[in-house]
Amino acid sequence: MLDLIYKYVSPQTLAWLIVAFPLAGALLNGIHSLLAGRFHFKPSKVFTSILGVGLPFFSFAVTLIIFATLIGFPQGQEPTMITGPLFEWAATQGLSITFGLKLDQLSLVMALIVTGVGSLIHLYSTGYMAHDEGYARYFSHLNLFLTFMLLLVLGDSLVLLFVGWEGVGLCSYLLIGFWFEDPYKAYCGKKAFIVNRIGDTGFLLGMFLIYTALAGADLPAEQHQNQFFNFEVIRHFSAYLLPAATPICLLLFLGAVGKSAQIPLYVWLPDAMAGPTPVSALIHAATMVTAGVYMVARLSFLYVMSPFAMEVVAWTGAITALFAATIGLLQTDIKKVLAYSTISQLGYMFLALGVGAFSAGIFHLMTHAFFKALLFLGAGSVIHALGGEQDITKMGGLKERMPITCWTFVIASAAIAGIFPFAGFFSKDAILWHTFHGGHISLWLIAFLGAGLTAFYMFRLVGMVFFGEPVMKAAQWMKVHESPPSMASVLMILAVLSAVGGWIGIPYALGGGDHLQEWLAPVFAKTVGVIEIGSHATEIVMAVLSLLWALHFVILAWVIYAQRKEWPARMAGRLRLLYRLVFNKYWIDEIYNFLIVRPLIWTSEKFLWGIMDVRLIDQFGVHGTGRMMLVWNRLVTLMQTGVVQQYLFFFVVGVILIIWGMLFK
Amino acid sequence: MIPENILSILIFLPLAGAGIVLLLPNRETATIKGWALLTTLLTLAANIWAWTHFEGKTDFEFQKTYLWIEAFNIYYRIGVDGVSFLLISLTNFIMPIAVLCSWREIQTRVKEYMFVMLVLHTGMVGTFAALDGFLFYVFWEVMLIPMYFLIGVWGSGRKIMAAFKFILYTMAGSLLMLVGILYIYFKAGQSFNLLQWLQTPFSFAEQFWLFLAFALAFAIKVPIFPLHTWLPDAHTEAPTAGSVILAGILLKMGTYGFYRFAMPLFPDAVFYFTPHILTLAVIGIVYGSLVAMVQKDIKRLVAYSSVAHLGFVMLGLFVLNSRGVEGAVLQMLNHGLSTGALFLLVGMIYERRHSRLIADYGGIAKIVPMYSFFFLFVTLSSVGLPGLNNFVGEFLVLLGAFEFDWFWAAVAVVGVVLSVCYMLWMVERVFFGPVKQEENRGLKDLGWREAAILVPMCALMLLIGVYPKPLLDKMHASTDAFLKLATRQAEQTMAYDER
Repeated sequence: MLDLIYKYVSPQTLAWLIVAFPLAGALLNGIHSLLAGRFHFKPSKVFTSILGVGLPFFSFAVTLIIFATLIGFPQGQEPTMITGPLFEWAATQGLSITFGLKLDQLSLVMALIVTGVGSLIHLYSTGYMAHDEGYARYFSHLNLFLTFMLLLVLGDSLVLLFVGWEGVGLCSYLLIGFWFEDPYKAYCGKKAFIVNRIGDTGFLLGMFLIYTALAGADLPAEQHQNQFFNFEVIRHFSAYLLPAATPICLLLFLGAVGKSAQIPLYVWLPDAMAGPTPVSALIHAATMVTAGVYMVARLSFLYVMSPFAMEVVAWTGAITALFAATIGLLQTDIKKVLAYSTISQLGYMFLALGVGAFSAGIFHLMTHAFFKALLFLGAGSVIHALGGEQDITKMGGLKERMPITCWTFVIASAAIAGIFPFAGFFSKDAILWHTFHGGHISLWLIAFLGAGLTAFYMFRLVGMVFFGEPVMKAAQWMKVHESPPSMASVLMILAVLSAVGGWIGIPYALGGGDHLQEWLAPVFAKTVGVIEIGSHATEIVMAVLSLLWALHFVILAWVIYAQRKEWPARMAGRLRLLYRLVFNKYWIDEIYNFLIVRPLIWTSEKFLWGIMDVRLIDQFGVHGTGRMMLVWNRLVTLMQTGVVQQYLFFFVVGVILIIWGMLFK
Repeated sequence: MIPENILSILIFLPLAGAGIVLLLPNRETATIKGWALLTTLLTLAANIWAWTHFEGKTDFEFQKTYLWIEAFNIYYRIGVDGVSFLLISLTNFIMPIAVLCSWREIQTRVKEYMFVMLVLHTGMVGTFAALDGFLFYVFWEVMLIPMYFLIGVWGSGRKIMAAFKFILYTMAGSLLMLVGILYIYFKAGQSFNLLQWLQTPFSFAEQFWLFLAFALAFAIKVPIFPLHTWLPDAHTEAPTAGSVILAGILLKMGTYGFYRFAMPLFPDAVFYFTPHILTLAVIGIVYGSLVAMVQKDIKRLVAYSSVAHLGFVMLGLFVLNSRGVEGAVLQMLNHGLSTGALFLLVGMIYERRHSRLIADYGGIAKIVPMYSFFFLFVTLSSVGLPGLNNFVGEFLVLLGAFEFDWFWAAVAVVGVVLSVCYMLWMVERVFFGPVKQEENRGLKDLGWREAAILVPMCALMLLIGVYPKPLLDKMHASTDAFLKLATRQAEQTMAYDER
């Protein structure tokens, strides 16, 4: 089979096809939708669907082919493929930037997730967006997103990664503001772009620092050919980056903080929920927001050189994980709950990276892609059925009307809550274990607390949406329906993945083979100084402990929110202040607005423009110079009186002044 | 085989066209416009032809020298290096577009308008090609006068004030430059030959004052903060083509002046003034962006954004390494394309609705989807999205700045964030949200002529963004030579320090 394929296409071409398929879809659908808008015809839905969904599936198929090829490599040979430069993008003296793809264990896992989950969500979208007039535009943006995301994970240099990085940001902007007639949605899109850009400045400076450190080090030219942004080159010469490792890692991490919505730049992600729900599933849960995790994992060899940067990564992740989980407890918008949950789960991934458990981080990234995509798509299914309703206090008892959505949602919730044997159990347990095992007890405690909260808020959601008594009116209740097959089938596939997806990473302690970890291990740098404080027995004890911990919260939440609905209100009454603090998301948005946004605009408008530019420079400086001329002009005019005595007077005064000057020089 | 005089052809073809325009009768406006367009297109064709023969060597290419005024040793001496050739190409690319975008906008004095445009064309190409100080000055002035008329006659609003401000500002600068040119003329043994000037040693005091004289003239043109206040007025009141040319090409005269004269001639002064100019450049970036953010008039917003973009160019030039300089030169082209296109787009909507105020729009993306697409595309190019032209330039400039001293890059990188703020905020208020004003419901989407203007520009933005190398290749040799000249002092100092 593979031989047959390679008879006609080279592996390099195949690799580029992964990116090219969605790009073609984006271009064709984009032109289609533009022409339709200009010439007022209705874009063809069949054409859009076939291209928009078919091409991502092709891309997934090609990724699978390459995956099959690489695992077929003989024993002892790295399953890695580099396409080599397709072309040289830019070059000046001492700098050459080429564009090529690198398919290794890490990027292949990422590409499989992106194309796999991505294709499924494209398919789901045909149902979800079926009645939208921007159908073709939607698919062009979504395809474009896949293109950039694939460039991001497959690129062989930091620059190409950055191209994808900003590209996905653009698509995120376009898709959050997809229904741009609503000013709030347009605002959210812009906010996402700006907050991401703040992080990107760190990314840029980090890149520059790498370049400066390497280019200034007088390295053998034939080994790097000035391609100082290429991962291979950076890795090969990483020892030269040791003195600057801490600033480099911290700067790059700032980029990750923006893209992966960590404290303090997480504020854009809850607002990003303004986009269509499949977009939230694909971009703001499964793939794009994990780009920061991918980047840190990709540069693991740099991060291990700076223990301080690792600490920062771990603490940022842990605190974000707990902080976002608390906000998730009280949200009443179904998508907002999931958004804060995403922020929290991303925090877990960074925690894993920060304690040196890179493959655990990527493992959680993968399982999270499955169950969080499923959660969002399930939420989308509910929203679709209820005609756009997102408030969970107005739902309840939906189990009766939409069983597929309900049970897939429960599976996903069990997975994220870390219930054995669903996917999330293994990946979260891996993170908790590695944190504990590495001796980071306080980090572990935070993460452990967060895990409990996760279980609680998820099953609060499940209880309020699907169980208990329906709150809505009978007429509306009768209209609620299960989603069409295009959506339901995707839910079921993802439910299977959420259930069993974790099994590729079952640790040895639990009788598994830890396959994912072994597959990824060659890519990641080994962390130094791991303190051995555990054995298989402790690992099992810890796993059981965290399972019980989560389980108890699951039951608690379910009891409270499905059966004792009056409890939460009473609790809220008793802890009024705390409740208001958390319910209002700690007023972080308001604080940012008050401290940064408003002063900046005020200063620019009133001071810089109003006073500095218009008054000081223009009126006083420029026109003032003009007026000065007039004043001199008047003075000179005044002097020309035609009275000879006066002229003589001036003459004498002048002579005196000159003599004075010569005498007292 | 390419004619030896190809450069002179590029310079004087538009002037010849202008002569013919004068002979046409006033009322034949269609013929006049058609003729002007044909002339600019022919020039563009000749330029493309020349492009294929341009090698990008260290030396000046297509050189030609004729004796002009013997008594003062003045020569008609022209030639191009990679940088000036790129800028000439930009000029010749922008001019047909500028003519085309005036098609409907200009209804009065069409003949005079086209005449002025073509004379301006000659002036600009000539300025970039001149290798003789006197010739440079002549072309420089030839370029200013038509611009003055463009703003003053065909502008809008407070056009007379804007035109006056423009001409006084630039004249004040160029007078100082004239003094500088004359001083060098005598110092270099009564020669206006730039190549000879470069061999002439100047004392530090001489360099100090001469640099100041030249730098002031060029800084006004760039414009460098705080000499920028003529720019928003001139841009806003000028007709669309005027703004496009002003932003696209005339602002580059300033940075080009630094590149060609002020920096290579006076390396000691460059060394001395670098911190000052870098400071002003980053102030320009941040200040221009912040002020752009709070503008209420779209055209004024774009004008202030130019201050920020040109700040990047100055930053790149003065960090004096090949990343910075090549990024800066590329950024000159990119700014011409992107900001030019923004002015075109603003002009198109102004033609329909006769308003440039952000508040008069809102939600028009639904009504004019094609127009909105192009506007967003150009916006993204302007904010430096990777894959489009501005990213390449900004990336190289920032990289160069970082190498020079991380501090400058760290400040300038703020501009990268702010550019998104002001551009996307404006886009949000103009294109998104509900349709606020009923008049906007009748807006017409782009026509063929407008599409013909925008498509090549956007295609070029994409092309430069995806594959900038051919452009960079054309300028390597020239920027290397420039760097050698402009860092003469730095090398001497370092050698001295080592000893």
